[in-house]
Amino acid sequence: MSPFGGFLMPISYSGIIEEHNAVREAAGMFDLSHMGQFIVRGDGAAPWLDSMTCNDVATMKPHQARYNIFTNDRGGAMDDAIIYRLDGRWLVVVNASNAPKMWSSLSASVPSGVTIDDRTPRSALIALQGPRSVELLQPLTDVDLSAVKYYYAAEGAVAGIPAEIARTGYTGEDGFELFVAAGAAEKLWRRLSQEAGRVGMIPAGLGARDVLRLEAGMPLYGHELEEDISPLMAGLDWVVKLGKNFKGRDALAAQAAEKRYRRIAGFVMDGKAPARAGYAVFSGDDRIGEVRSGSPAPSLGGKNIGTALVSADATAPGTKLEVEIRGQRHGCQVVPLPFYKRKK
Amino acid sequence: MPAPTDRLYTKEHEWVKIDGPTATFGISDHAQSALGDIVYVELPKPGASLSQGNPIGVVESVKAVSDIYAPISGTVTEVNGAIEDDPAKVNADPYDTGWLVKIKIANPDEAKSLLDAAAYDELVKAEEH
Repeated sequence: MSPFGGFLMPISYSGIIEEHNAVREAAGMFDLSHMGQFIVRGDGAAPWLDSMTCNDVATMKPHQARYNIFTNDRGGAMDDAIIYRLDGRWLVVVNASNAPKMWSSLSASVPSGVTIDDRTPRSALIALQGPRSVELLQPLTDVDLSAVKYYYAAEGAVAGIPAEIARTGYTGEDGFELFVAAGAAEKLWRRLSQEAGRVGMIPAGLGARDVLRLEAGMPLYGHELEEDISPLMAGLDWVVKLGKNFKGRDALAAQAAEKRYRRIAGFVMDGKAPARAGYAVFSGDDRIGEVRSGSPAPSLGGKNIGTALVSADATAPGTKLEVEIRGQRHGCQVVPLPFYKRKK
Repeated sequence: MPAPTDRLYTKEHEWVKIDGPTATFGISDHAQSALGDIVYVELPKPGASLSQGNPIGVVESVKAVSDIYAPISGTVTEVNGAIEDDPAKVNADPYDTGWLVKIKIANPDEAKSLLDAAAYDELVKAEEH
């Protein structure tokens, strides 16, 4: 167990690789109750959220979920979040490490006619991820899961426990995130565990989650996104809607126009030594950036993959670069993100 | 599993098996279990001179990079090439085929500073609580 955002979190239950493979091939179950959960209500909720984030909020359909980024004045990322449009309220799920910062920022700027509530201490989040998640979950719920599309949510019950059932996740697989009252979390976890054998589901920890999200090309705050790393630098151009007005919009518009900004590139190491966050990246004699995430990738036959924040001219797929590992240069090649895409 | 009694241990979870003028190093079962799936091992080259307590290489799991320290000083005579190709051997068999390095011992007196199996088991027990 490891301390994370004020919670004791399991890095791994049975082994990171075994947990990773279960999620890719069958299903894995994650306890994500550490993540921040804010409920926003009121007629002005959507315009307010729109004023602080770079992706569109007001255009979301009922029960839709959307990946979004809260930006600072410089266009950097305060946090990345998933916003859910539920019945009469918005659920904003933020990173545990950023939850105190986001709570101070949001609760201090809430306009009249809008309310915000931090329900994190009262609410739990259990994620079921993997191709067989639907098969595991359907017999336990009255909600027709075939009607819940990817990045949509429904409200119903799972094993008799009232739940928000979202078809979202952070692994690159199909799956569900189940939001329930904190007091019901243990009962839900045990009930899901009883069903696990039916589809080969096992509990999975933060270690597997990090490898899964990296393979799927998804950013992790503090690595691919930071106060000084904008969504454009992270390669998340599709999240940046310059046509709307929001905090940091002008800075991002200037960055987009200037084009020469450093950005996140994916790479695969030529050799067996894994690249790790913080290692220097070279092009010839020039130090052009830094590794932001790195790991062996079980879905790519154990090849060592990573992301690096590098100068704009070093991001084309096929570019040969070097990573310095304990004083030695090791070759790598820039590749397009994501590293892994599930079969539809 | 209890630590084998035919060898000595460091507080950093290496084992060393002394056989006359030579010694073999590895990491303990507790260490491999705490690290999880080992995916990469970097070892010194034959001929390298190692000083007791200094880092001599790394063992990497999916998530973490861990230094390996020389349990005693000496000159590397052989490294386990089989684990460079198949690092999971260190998980599967840390005390035998998962060995890391063999050395020619420089100073046999240094072994006095190491832990015997019983003392090492106590250390592991204390760390787990």
